Amino acid sequence: MKGSPELVCGIEIHQQLSTRKLFCSCESHLCDEGNGAYFRKLRPTTGETGEIDRAALAQYNKGIGFRYQMAEGVSCLVDLDEEPPNGPDPEALETALVFSEMLHARIADEIHFMRKVVVDGSNTGGYQRTALVSTGGWVEVNGRKISILSVCLEEDAARKIEEKDGEITYRLDRLGIPLIEVATGPDIRTPEEAMETALRIGTLLRATRRVKRGIGTIREDLNISIPGGARVEIKGAQELRLLPDYVSNEVTRQKMLLAVKEILNERGTVPADTDIEDVTDIFADSESKVITGALSSKGKVLAVRLPGFAGVMNGDGGKLRLGAEMAQRARTRGVKGIFHSDELPAYGIEQRYVDSLRERLGLDGSDDAFAICAAPEKKARSALAAAVERANEALGGIPEETRDPLPDGTSKYSRPLPGAARMYPETDVPPKEITDEKLKQIRASLPELPEETEARLITDHGVNRQQARQLVRQDFAELFERACNTYVDMSAVIATTFLNTYSELEKAGVDTSSISEADVMAVFSLLSESKFAKEALPDVLKEVASGTPPEKAPGKLGLESMNDREAERIIDSILKEREEFVRSKGKAAAGPLMGPVMESLRGKVDGKKASQLLSEAIARMIG
Amino acid sequence: MVYSEMLLKKLKEADAKEGDRISVRRGDEEYVGRLMPHHDFSAPDVLILKMKSGYNIGIRVLGDSEIEVIERPSIVAVKREETKAREGFPNFTLVSTGGTIASFVDYRTGAVRPAMSASELVDAVPELRDIANIKARVLFSIFSENMNVSHWQELADVVAEEINSGADAVIIPHGTDTMGYTAAALSFMLGDVPRPVVLVGAQRSSDRPSSDASSNMMACARFCAEGKAAGVFVVMHEALGDDLFSVHIGSRVRKMHTSRRDSFKSVNVPPAATVRKDGSVEYRGELRPPSKGKAAARTAMDERTVLLQYYPGMDPKVFGPVIMGSRGVVIAGTGLGHVGEPMCGVLKEACEKGIVVVMTSQCLGGTTNMNVYDTGRDLISAGVISVGDMLPEVAYVKLMWALANSKSADDAKRMMVEPMANETGSRRCVL
Repeated sequence: MKGSPELVCGIEIHQQLSTRKLFCSCESHLCDEGNGAYFRKLRPTTGETGEIDRAALAQYNKGIGFRYQMAEGVSCLVDLDEEPPNGPDPEALETALVFSEMLHARIADEIHFMRKVVVDGSNTGGYQRTALVSTGGWVEVNGRKISILSVCLEEDAARKIEEKDGEITYRLDRLGIPLIEVATGPDIRTPEEAMETALRIGTLLRATRRVKRGIGTIREDLNISIPGGARVEIKGAQELRLLPDYVSNEVTRQKMLLAVKEILNERGTVPADTDIEDVTDIFADSESKVITGALSSKGKVLAVRLPGFAGVMNGDGGKLRLGAEMAQRARTRGVKGIFHSDELPAYGIEQRYVDSLRERLGLDGSDDAFAICAAPEKKARSALAAAVERANEALGGIPEETRDPLPDGTSKYSRPLPGAARMYPETDVPPKEITDEKLKQIRASLPELPEETEARLITDHGVNRQQARQLVRQDFAELFERACNTYVDMSAVIATTFLNTYSELEKAGVDTSSISEADVMAVFSLLSESKFAKEALPDVLKEVASGTPPEKAPGKLGLESMNDREAERIIDSILKEREEFVRSKGKAAAGPLMGPVMESLRGKVDGKKASQLLSEAIARMIG
Repeated sequence: MVYSEMLLKKLKEADAKEGDRISVRRGDEEYVGRLMPHHDFSAPDVLILKMKSGYNIGIRVLGDSEIEVIERPSIVAVKREETKAREGFPNFTLVSTGGTIASFVDYRTGAVRPAMSASELVDAVPELRDIANIKARVLFSIFSENMNVSHWQELADVVAEEINSGADAVIIPHGTDTMGYTAAALSFMLGDVPRPVVLVGAQRSSDRPSSDASSNMMACARFCAEGKAAGVFVVMHEALGDDLFSVHIGSRVRKMHTSRRDSFKSVNVPPAATVRKDGSVEYRGELRPPSKGKAAARTAMDERTVLLQYYPGMDPKVFGPVIMGSRGVVIAGTGLGHVGEPMCGVLKEACEKGIVVVMTSQCLGGTTNMNVYDTGRDLISAGVISVGDMLPEVAYVKLMWALANSKSADDAKRMMVEPMANETGSRRCVL
């Protein structure tokens, strides 16, 4: 790639491991219920310079704290920060080493766990334990090498259950579940490549066979910038298929912000002051729902001038959208939103209010804009200040920030990009030396690479290349092989089940994730014993997905296989009704009659068998 | 483990010191980071580097590896605020002895070190100044397992000195392992001390945001500021949350868990008071009010004193010489205060020799009563004295003190059975 690339993107992936917890021997699964509610405070500690963050200390001194729920069997004194950590869990560490090797990364000679300070309460100790395991690896994604900066082994945070009156309740079931954190270099150049890279890394992680599966067990952070832009992090994406959307929407957003900057700089717009005015009286007779709602709960309408900002908050046919950025920032201060002059009149605020506002605020230039907020005074004031701050940042281009991914492929402002985390050694966990013998042993028994699995599926089970690839990518390979080895000669129907039937059922609104591995194996078992015909497989799986035990499903659907004699009887009666036709067509009658025959036998007799029985019956009839 | 000779030589040649940014070249690999202190459990040929990302990793240095210093650290001066004493506030003296509560992490190198100065200690909990004028003294910087009798003596003298020069309370940050012993020692040495003397510890070091150091310290200061009780106390978490703190009587408290925040429990009595999250204090019994009087420290101790826990199969041949070589022995006996027959003989012999033999119970909860079974009656006849519900280690500390502050063995025995610092009582409530 020559010159500066159009897009610079890197991914960080967090994958939960299916081992025990990292620093205790608790099992690592989530619980529907928590018990107890231990109150804790996290106190900002003195930094290197001996100073304490005053604002954070004020918060602490107000008595604001956190509550921690225990969860049966999956949390212990270590999780509650009442006992020093054990560990690290040998299996989790081994997985991180194996994965590092698969990425051709350099493994540290000694692994040192660190405490990364986090005071939002999600870690009972006030820090997350994390260790750098390896650096300098790479993965190949569609022929391009994407560098791997680091592989870390760390503990997952506690799960937020509720937030009430400034107090956050966490459950300790998730705290301490081992995570592999893998970060790529800024080498990704297209939105699709972001997804392909995540997919490749995800497949390699699963190849270790020690990772958790399902919603919430793998999370992706995207770091995105364009030339002239700034690093923006979209944190915690869970849907792989949305990654290209997040990237391309972010590129569009950054390009838009660069265009806004250019317009503002050309105009000579200078940073707006935060002179907030009370304009509640102007809206005394307003019927706008937002305004009346705010006023009826003792709120006020406040306004602020934005000289030189007109037309970029919402302009160029909706292409310039600085207003949306300002509103997102304002919402972090607890208001529902703000209105800005580019979008008014609207929302029940008529032109006459806009005119009065412009007059009151003394705005006469065509580039002069304003924003208003209707809410309790303190919140409204803080929200407008945040909006002005965001507007002023547009003069400098794109602010570095962390954004939350949204289900529609866009993202919203979350918080400024955090500075370098303070990290210091976890003195309770001794360093772990990685000897050459250990490395040799790991290298000698690396798991099969995805492409090796694909090749084996083709030779051993006769699926085609595309099916093999899909089975691996969609994480069915292991189950597929197990099923094929158990039910010989069924590999074609097993592959179709996972690759076609499942997605068809999903399209029809069936939740296939509720079909357990044991369920689907039981269904294959019934099929292998001819308890129903393979045409009925989708119906049986649908029934199982709805909660019916597999062995009961065929019966419930009226699908029990019938024996040949009964099938013959039905076919004979069908032929009898059409005797004339059969006699006139002879053997050729089989084709047209297959339809009515299958109608009566579907799910009870295999199609091939039915065809054979039909031919035999025709032969008998025409003698 | 320390560095290998080879590595030590390389570091010396490169003049690389902790905190320096260095490069380590090994074959075609190069690592750059800040040199961190060597970990006790690190391999001898491994250097620990703090990478730019903040992570530490260990790098094995080989014979042909090269080390080079890239940059020396800049020294950041630590700002300290001078504070003036304010009128209308009580005056507390902080006498630090060390331990987790007074330890800090050097975030740059990761080394844990004790507080070097008194002001550093106060600066760690600046909100103490909202409650009182704080004067701080660093007396020792040791972990509590290294405290011994001479430390107790020096501490008692300093406490008396501080009270006599106007302290309204003395707060003693202390390691938790032996805090109960020190509390007992001060209880006897300081007798009817006219002001609160409160030991406070932490189960989680102050470098972590979840540390209980500051909340325990604040609870301690609030209890002192109320000015309702004189005596020696211990303040720690009452439960696992940061919202409830116990004030224990110094001669009745024991560390009952290796790691929990609420490891200190009053045994055989309820805690003297409870401090709540909002700072309010609830008293649970009659306490001696503070007075204007002077403090006196009687610090003499007889260290020829032994504490033994009886166990089935205890061999008189092993322990006989130990007991016979002492002036006094405290036995943590079984149940109501018993030892097996072979040991009975030794104890009888000791009593005859004029050694003071004191019986306590390894049950900890409840009182000794040697009148109930034959073995107990035999021991009484032999001259063994029983000290009721006194904790074994408290009895041990008291015996050292009694032997040194009495004229005869009989005098010491009389002192042992007489309550002197709330260490024993005749009533044990159901709840």
